[in-house]
Amino acid sequence: METIKITIDNKQVEVEKGTTILDAARKMGIDIPTLCHMRLDDLNIENKPGGCRICVVEVQGRRNLAPACITQCVDGAVIRTHSPRVMNARRTVMEFILSDHPKDCLICPKSGNCDLQNMAHRLGIREIPGHEIAEISTYRKDTSPSIIRDLDKCIMCRRCEMMCNEVQTVGAIGAFNRGFMAAVGPAYEQDLEHSPCTYCGQCVAVCPTGALTEVDHTREVLRAIVDPSKTVVVQTAPAVRAALGEEFGMKPGTLVTGKMVTALKELGFDYVFDTDFAADLTIMEEGTELLTRLKKFLNGDKDANIPILTSCCPGWVNFFEHNYPELREVPSTAKSPQQMFGAIAKSYFAEKININRKDMVVVSIMPCLAKKYERQRPEFSVDGNPDVDFSLSTRELASFIRQANIDFANLPESEFDRPLGESTGAAVIFGNTGGVIEAAVRTAYEVFTGKKLSRIDFTELRGMEGVRQATIDVDGFPLNIGIAHGLGNARKLLDDVKAGRSKFHAIEVMACPGGCVGGGGQPLHHGDSAILKARAKALYDADRDMPIRLSHENPYIIQLYKEYLGEPNSEKAHHLLHTHYFDRKAKIVVKQ
Amino acid sequence: MSTTIKIELRQQDLKKIHEICDSFNNEPLELINILHKTQEHFGYLPAEIQDAVADKLNISTAQVYGVVTFYSFFTMTPKGKHPISICMGTACYVRGAERILDEFKKELGLQVGQTTPDGKFSLSSLRCVGACGLAPVVIVGNKTYGRVAPDDVKAILKEYE
Ligand code: SF4
Ligand code: SF4
Ligand code: FES
Ligand code: FES
Repeated sequence: METIKITIDNKQVEVEKGTTILDAARKMGIDIPTLCHMRLDDLNIENKPGGCRICVVEVQGRRNLAPACITQCVDGAVIRTHSPRVMNARRTVMEFILSDHPKDCLICPKSGNCDLQNMAHRLGIREIPGHEIAEISTYRKDTSPSIIRDLDKCIMCRRCEMMCNEVQTVGAIGAFNRGFMAAVGPAYEQDLEHSPCTYCGQCVAVCPTGALTEVDHTREVLRAIVDPSKTVVVQTAPAVRAALGEEFGMKPGTLVTGKMVTALKELGFDYVFDTDFAADLTIMEEGTELLTRLKKFLNGDKDANIPILTSCCPGWVNFFEHNYPELREVPSTAKSPQQMFGAIAKSYFAEKININRKDMVVVSIMPCLAKKYERQRPEFSVDGNPDVDFSLSTRELASFIRQANIDFANLPESEFDRPLGESTGAAVIFGNTGGVIEAAVRTAYEVFTGKKLSRIDFTELRGMEGVRQATIDVDGFPLNIGIAHGLGNARKLLDDVKAGRSKFHAIEVMACPGGCVGGGGQPLHHGDSAILKARAKALYDADRDMPIRLSHENPYIIQLYKEYLGEPNSEKAHHLLHTHYFDRKAKIVVKQ
Repeated sequence: MSTTIKIELRQQDLKKIHEICDSFNNEPLELINILHKTQEHFGYLPAEIQDAVADKLNISTAQVYGVVTFYSFFTMTPKGKHPISICMGTACYVRGAERILDEFKKELGLQVGQTTPDGKFSLSSLRCVGACGLAPVVIVGNKTYGRVAPDDVKAILKEYE
């Protein structure tokens, strides 16, 4: 490693050659302001278009100020990050960026959590010269089932473009036009709904302003709770409990399951249940499907559809419907846990408490924006009544709790209601990349071999690497498992499946980097990947501390099959818990 | 839900697009050159054609659209029967090309890059066309007009009525 010596703000340091001024300064604890730059370390994600210039610094001997995020240190350089000249330039840059920016912060969904707003505050901007005469673009708002795009608030940091193209390889959005009219969006400025968007929400997760936000349904949920004729049932996804606390100043990775349940009860939900219950149910259905296909495959059946792909992530489902429709028989037909929960709540549970499904409102709390899209798919409703009525993100729940003036950090803990609130350790790790397949392996092993597992933790399936693989010894049979998180990584595994050279028996895919802990609806990480790792650890810890850690041992799951569904993959189970996929790839056809 | 987006093109147009892409080995890095050739052939780059190029090169339509809207020499609207170009090179500019352009805009009710609804005229601006001695210069179809004054604009348009 070649090192060089530099001086930043009168302090000498030695850094590796090739280090940017920004990184060198950060190592020394000097915080140079940035807007467009963003990096998620362990995920190999970096955005540095060098476009906003808020990060300029003074380098002795250089005539122009240098953008710190893209300028490499040279040996002996003397750098000043906050000289009067730098401060003056930085303010000018900020005033320029703000000159065509709308000023409706009062009702902006990003207010309080906006990088641009924070920067204006940090730099003490009190007026914006030229604002009255500057051209403000007048893009209309685009509202899709999951995401709202308000391009007047786009500052062309291009983070979303990087996420959608390089990380997710979806290519739904890209930069277009130039100058004041430049923005990022789908081709021909169409709505997201007419693009191959998967609604993974990763663009929303990195947007520094209010240009990309989620559709907010807290108002509608409040109305449902107030309505005395409705029984309102809520379900919470595994990843939410590992992140919600951050919104209330708690350390990343603080598990707030008990407090979250209390908060939901105080908010007035009639039943507080757990999506984890449905995750256990997913394992029963998907695991059984895996075993059936595997047995066929071992008998030499060519149509066994091996590898089986997981199907619990709706972002991923959208992705293969758009990009690999020819493979749509390969993923498991099991619905996502959100939809399984909705289907069971509005059948089994509605019958149990003796109400009509139309009088029940099912709300889901999700780390995910794709679930908002998923819940409104027509195949997930009965006579126009959806199985899941509203899906709120973790961020929306936090806002809802704030609206209710609940002192979250000091809440006592309570337990989920029964029967749909009981779950196992296998379910809670669904929120992590590798978690679904680990849960499936645990159950498949015991069911397949009829033996008890000697160890429950399959650590070889864990980690943050984008594509991982492991071979699990299932009583002499080597089960090959592939794992991908982030859709770009999924594409690699899918291309192998398509070409017939995949050596895997089962593949888990999660659309979001890190899995649902890094979902598009989670508290914003502002580019700090340590936050995602802390959340992942919290979920593995939760699993370790659970009394039951195998889905098929969940007593309420056993009861559900006994009382209602019969066997896994039974006809009734198929009807309620399985689905089918569509070809949604855009087609070029010859005009007649 | 099960509806897919269909992009319709005539057989011969699709063939032409594929030919052009193939001649650049379907290399996404050649996108600008490919679009150039394609526009040369079709006169403009409507959405279907961009879709077909994206499909052939296996890149996203958003990326193609980004390039088309970034460079001003690409256009998504068909040229008029009589395309009008105003030189905006330095010599023409200092001799009042901007006022000529404004006059055309006013007379036709068009912005640069647009075409009249009847498809008769379209308006564009050019970099130096190499006739600086005649500045300011206007080109309509194949005909070049030199030393144009704002007052001449009406008369020029009249020639094509
Ligand atoms: S939600 Fe995902 S797929 Fe859709 S535009 Fe954003 S990053 Fe791309
Ligand atoms: S990984 Fe999780 S949060 Fe992301 S789209 Fe899939 S289900 Fe939603
Ligand atoms: S943060 Fe360096 S140019 Fe934007
Ligand atoms: S500047 Fe117009 S012809 Fe040269």
